[in-house]
Amino acid sequence: MSAPWRSVFKQAGECRWEIPVSYKEGMSVPGLIFASESMLDHIWEEHVFQQVANVAFLPGIVKYSLAMPDIHWGYGFPIGGVAATRVKDGVISPGGVGFDINCGVRLLRTSLTAAEVRPKIEALVAALFSAVPSGVGSTGNIKLREKELDKVLINGSRWAIEHGYGEPRDVTVTEESGCMKDANPDKVSSKAKKRGIPQLGTLGSGNHFLEVQAVDEIYDKDAAKVMGIHDTGQVLVLIHTGSRGFGHEVCTDYVRLLGEAARKYGINLPDRQLACAPVRETEGKDYLQAMACAANYAWVNRQCITHWTRQVFQEVFGKSYRELGMEQVYDVAHNIAKIEQHIIDGKKQTLCVHRKGATRALPAGHPDVPDIYRDVGQPVLIPGDMGRCSYILVGTDTAMSETFGSTCHGAGRVQSRAAAKRSQRGSDIAQALAARGILVKAESMSSLAEEASAAYKDVTEVVDVAHRSGISRKIARAVPLGVIKG
Amino acid sequence: MDTEKEFEIIDHTADIGIRAYGADIKQVFQRSAKALFSLITDLDKVAEVLYRDIELAAPDRESLLVAWLNELIYLFDAEQILFRRFDISRLDGTGIKARIYGERVNKAKHELIRGVKAATYHMLKIEKSNGYIAQVLFDI
Repeated sequence: MSAPWRSVFKQAGECRWEIPVSYKEGMSVPGLIFASESMLDHIWEEHVFQQVANVAFLPGIVKYSLAMPDIHWGYGFPIGGVAATRVKDGVISPGGVGFDINCGVRLLRTSLTAAEVRPKIEALVAALFSAVPSGVGSTGNIKLREKELDKVLINGSRWAIEHGYGEPRDVTVTEESGCMKDANPDKVSSKAKKRGIPQLGTLGSGNHFLEVQAVDEIYDKDAAKVMGIHDTGQVLVLIHTGSRGFGHEVCTDYVRLLGEAARKYGINLPDRQLACAPVRETEGKDYLQAMACAANYAWVNRQCITHWTRQVFQEVFGKSYRELGMEQVYDVAHNIAKIEQHIIDGKKQTLCVHRKGATRALPAGHPDVPDIYRDVGQPVLIPGDMGRCSYILVGTDTAMSETFGSTCHGAGRVQSRAAAKRSQRGSDIAQALAARGILVKAESMSSLAEEASAAYKDVTEVVDVAHRSGISRKIARAVPLGVIKG
Repeated sequence: MDTEKEFEIIDHTADIGIRAYGADIKQVFQRSAKALFSLITDLDKVAEVLYRDIELAAPDRESLLVAWLNELIYLFDAEQILFRRFDISRLDGTGIKARIYGERVNKAKHELIRGVKAATYHMLKIEKSNGYIAQVLFDI
């Protein structure tokens, strides 16, 4: 029997499935899903393709409403969604960025090996857990006044470096150099600032984590070497967090404001969570300036956590972090909207690219790729779940021409939180992982149960689709040794 | 008159939703709020030792429900207060006034199960059917 999705999805190349414009009245471009055939059953059953179709309603959207291979059901936009709109007559949607603005991933390398780290992993994980505040509503150790918060919001990572959290080189290997230029704190509500002040320098909860990992496979030795990754067994640190309550409040405020704006501009939307306003009108500009503040907050957040991670390694291994080779490989944002130049039908256009659970993936030679990676392409960091593995990829020319320079961002959930919790207890998960040599320390055992491996798609399957379809290229894989979670 | 079931949790792949039942709109707003905090912690362990006054307006009833829940999320996140009682003194199609009671988070006493980032408009519904039902999806 033919699969039911065949009535809607038309194959459009290797791992590419098109939803035609005729599928739903109001779509102005087709949908395009990057997936293996075996992923389509779930995409169909979950109805997430409806969300891909809904995004195609956004005024000014060009080419396709895109879904990366880790696509799963979101609210309004799908998670794993990419949409580019023309700046001259298109819209910007806060829902296309998400509540956790500039949720992202940072990778640090070390010159340590798994054999050197394993005997000390308990002390290391315990020290990281106490140095990096985590958990629901966690508050940090950075004391800020509102005036100082404004400097964080305007300067991003540079603020952190000037205050002793990290070193100048870190900024050179951070997307946007850790600072979006249009940030304007006057466009941020006092509520967002009130949520943001105590939470700077915290990991938070949910799927956020800090993981000590070991490289277990290298696919491209030369590219890995450029990233300072030389051998299997080499220890890395992956940090996954975002803009905390600050970003959540910015999004909450602007979904409401842009909902009113959408009515004012007569924009017809199939889902209120897709609230949007023209990029060039006041409401759209205001959101971009507030979003930039939240993006900068998130980069400072990851920068401070980087600093404490280095301090912990220094204490545990009795050497300076420089001696331990703790340099930053890269830092990516995977919930963000940016004004970018892309070639559409042979013509250069200025677009607002929304990446909602999607990672920028620029090819070798692109001017926005840091000098050291100019010949290999921008590193793309894909966290898996705590029981499996994470990947390092690079961007490609195919991504540039087909996905506005974007790829997947993670594994993508397949199981609801309640179902995950019913099937396994947090303490059992921690024990099972310990038996496999993975030490987990979490603020809440319930939260751990909700983040069980079984709740996620296999990240390997997701990354394989990204690699096979050509929208990014695999460089290396790492497996967890120790994890701290909220 | 109270309906039997106060609220239920909607199982959703990425996030969590709630469906709250009430004899009238006021009760639906109260129970939606209770459902929200039950996602965050065990409400049986929360005492009523302090209160906050809330007054909000929104263009329609559905937006008001989202605004109400987002205000509660804000107060929890900014002030670290868990709320369990919601006395609504005024509620019409576009405005709400309430005094809400709860307790500041005490890690020794309260396990915080999950963070709630925001209430969304996605799949948002308030329906009349043998009383009222409200459905809200949260970003977790």
